Amino acid sequence: MTQPILEMRGITKRFPGVVANDHVDLTLYPGEIHALLGENGAGKSTLMNVLTGIYAPNEGHIRFKGQPVDLKSPKSAVDLGIGMVHQHFKLIEPLTVAENVFLYSGRCKAMLNTRDMNQCIKECSENLNLKVDPNAKIWQLSVGEQQRVEIIKLLFCGAELMILDEPTAVLTPQETVELFKTLRKMADQGKSVLFITHKLYEVMTFADRITVLRNGRSVDHMLTKDTTRQKLTNLMVGRDVLKVVPERDTAKSTREVLRLENICAMCDKGVPALNGLSLTIYGGEILGIAGVAGNGQRELSEVIAGLRRVTGGKMFLNGKEVTNLSSRDSIKKGIAFVPEDRMGMGLVANLDMVDNAMLRDYDVPPINRKGILNKKEAIRRTESFVKAHDIKNAGIKKPVRLMSGGNLQKLLIAREIHGNPDVVVAAYPVHGLDIGATETIHKVLMEQRARGAAILLISEDLEELFELSDRVAALYEGEVMGIIPIEKVTEEMYTRVGSLMLGDREESAAKEQTGGMAEA
Amino acid sequence: MKIRFEKREKLHPVWKLLNPVICIVLALLACSFLVIAIGKDPVAAYGKLFSGGFGSAKKLSESILQAIPLMFCALGVSISFKMSINNIGAEGQYVMGAMAATGVALFCPWIPHALVIPAMIIAGFAAGALWAMLAVIPKAFWNVNETIITLMFNYVALLFVDFLLFGAWRDTSLNLNYSPAYPEYAMLPKVFGTRINSAIYIAIIAAVCIYLFFDKTTRGYQIRVIGSSVRAASYAGMNIRTNILIVMLFSGGLAGLAGVAQASGAVGRLQQNFANGTGYTAIIVAYLSKFNPFTVLIVSILFSGLSYGSVATQLVGVPDQVGVVIQGAILIFVLGGEIFSRNRLIITRREKETALAKKGATK
Repeated sequence: MTQPILEMRGITKRFPGVVANDHVDLTLYPGEIHALLGENGAGKSTLMNVLTGIYAPNEGHIRFKGQPVDLKSPKSAVDLGIGMVHQHFKLIEPLTVAENVFLYSGRCKAMLNTRDMNQCIKECSENLNLKVDPNAKIWQLSVGEQQRVEIIKLLFCGAELMILDEPTAVLTPQETVELFKTLRKMADQGKSVLFITHKLYEVMTFADRITVLRNGRSVDHMLTKDTTRQKLTNLMVGRDVLKVVPERDTAKSTREVLRLENICAMCDKGVPALNGLSLTIYGGEILGIAGVAGNGQRELSEVIAGLRRVTGGKMFLNGKEVTNLSSRDSIKKGIAFVPEDRMGMGLVANLDMVDNAMLRDYDVPPINRKGILNKKEAIRRTESFVKAHDIKNAGIKKPVRLMSGGNLQKLLIAREIHGNPDVVVAAYPVHGLDIGATETIHKVLMEQRARGAAILLISEDLEELFELSDRVAALYEGEVMGIIPIEKVTEEMYTRVGSLMLGDREESAAKEQTGGMAEA
Repeated sequence: MKIRFEKREKLHPVWKLLNPVICIVLALLACSFLVIAIGKDPVAAYGKLFSGGFGSAKKLSESILQAIPLMFCALGVSISFKMSINNIGAEGQYVMGAMAATGVALFCPWIPHALVIPAMIIAGFAAGALWAMLAVIPKAFWNVNETIITLMFNYVALLFVDFLLFGAWRDTSLNLNYSPAYPEYAMLPKVFGTRINSAIYIAIIAAVCIYLFFDKTTRGYQIRVIGSSVRAASYAGMNIRTNILIVMLFSGGLAGLAGVAQASGAVGRLQQNFANGTGYTAIIVAYLSKFNPFTVLIVSILFSGLSYGSVATQLVGVPDQVGVVIQGAILIFVLGGEIFSRNRLIITRREKETALAKKGATK
């Protein structure tokens, strides 16, 4: 084989309390499209930040074109010819395509010659099938076009190694095909392309070689033609940890509490995020939602909590239609919501514990007495939360931003289950928490289940889902791929849910092979 | 050597109090270089400044009198800032309040004399409130930046009042752009033998009400939540639009009261340059007070004392603009000093760093 353009050996990056990359190896050859595959939290982004000079690794070394390099800053990476298209584009919206490209490339002269600039960009874009109008302002362009501008930008800087972070997350299937056509052309011209993804379909269809990351380690690398989807799934999800599911009553309720029928909704960027999702949650059960982040979890939780409008479909609560509830009404109807960003949405950092404890029912009695806050009641309640869940605090009148993550989450969940809600939506409730707090949160969820609440638990941790859920639904691109009842956890379950999460539909895995692109 | 900041968890209460004091002293020190630069003695200038502003009961009462409109404006803007609505239109709301009060005092003869002052207060509040709410309608409905619109509304208000003073409302007996003087019954009563007018009571009551409003009412609670996090407010089911309008109602209304207080308590007529920048100084006062209504009252007196006292500095040959410079310097130093109360300053020396890096490399 030819000499590799890039060799990363034994890259280790530690953050306080976590090892994000643990002796990761990555080798790239000129002229290839290489996929970096892994679940969220597997360490893909950290590795790319090391490669683009944003983080300095604690250990390991990098060789570029055979020479050892020291990437001190993003600029040194760019100078070497390593360019990255970030998931969130770094474009200046009010400027034109040409201005953005030239500004970034540093080829700006004191006077801009629009005609020359446009000509340059035209040549470059025609050559590579990157259709874009150089005179258009960035804000007028679609997401797919903006991505093309990012690529042109990197090409103008002489990038030889191009990294794309989840490039297809915001693209339509047609745009995805176009993008990979372009990338293939670039590879044929001798450049290397590294793309980060968790979509198996793309990897199998477009990549030449694959490196799989799991839990911060590079678990394997192989040629695409030597592997199968099944093998990749196993590598990605991993089966080395198996825990025994604790005993619990299996008396299943058949009382339907929440039903979603063909729900469609947009994400914040205005791209469809839920595509005809249907679910039923019964009283006294925990329905786990498995899925790689970004497949509609956030939108699903926000639709149920009344924070996001649906563009199609219906929602029923206790048999009555409640489609497009306001968040005010959703609280009143007993839908509790533990959102994924506890500090940005669930709690107000600058307010104290007492103020935060009444956030969701400040305007109903007993807290609201004709427009006046019943502070005594709020304080009494806060104290009961502290006692019931052992919440460590510097004082209930101190801003909650001083509290630790685990205690914040305890406060948040205590508030949400206060008043015995019918539905509890918990999005990544133990993300980033220590073992003690995790146990408390899990205990609370199990108590709510025993009380008869219908619980939707969103998590990326299959182990957690298997441990708590009665059934697990796998979400992929805004649709439920299949629902599996959890009775006994076997190795096979991991594989089954894992492949559902990656888009293989339960009944018709074969059909999806071709259907993956045609959907949506 | 490398300097960086690290977040500080707690700050000792003594330091919390001492921090602004040190900052004010530093601001005065910095300004003393300016006084030295124009060849004057800073000690003498500062002596005149403070004795001129606060040196005797009479001077202090004069400073308080001048502080009254500043108090109202600063109370007004501080409640909108508390919701992160940048109302910098207090200046315009102030003159609209003064204009409405003048309209009632001079051109509504049918109102019984005893009711003229209450009517002026209501009209002034309403005019300021309306002017403020108009300016935030684009914000509430289309999320248009309110900063620039409230600012532009100031110019419209000032020019509109000029239009009246040059025309319909002009006192033709004078060769100035003044309205006629208010009748005696339209003047606010004074506080025991001083020149301070009774609007000071309204300012104090307003401060107490604002405190209770934020601490005790569900509406105040909503505004505090929205001011900290709009996303959390939506999550809690709060209506952002309604709250924007309500906040501006009170914010503008209070600035309008400043106009009433000044017109009916001190000047006794409407005239050109009536607000004279008070609405902008109010923004500084509000920030320095961290939007606490009681602190607003005190800082207002401090600031008007500085500008009143600066008249006296002319006696030692220092121009009265020095007072304004000091006001600005205090703001910069106090807000800048916040960094030190929120963060800890960490200085690492280069040798140590490289030693650490070497250690990491060999490992």
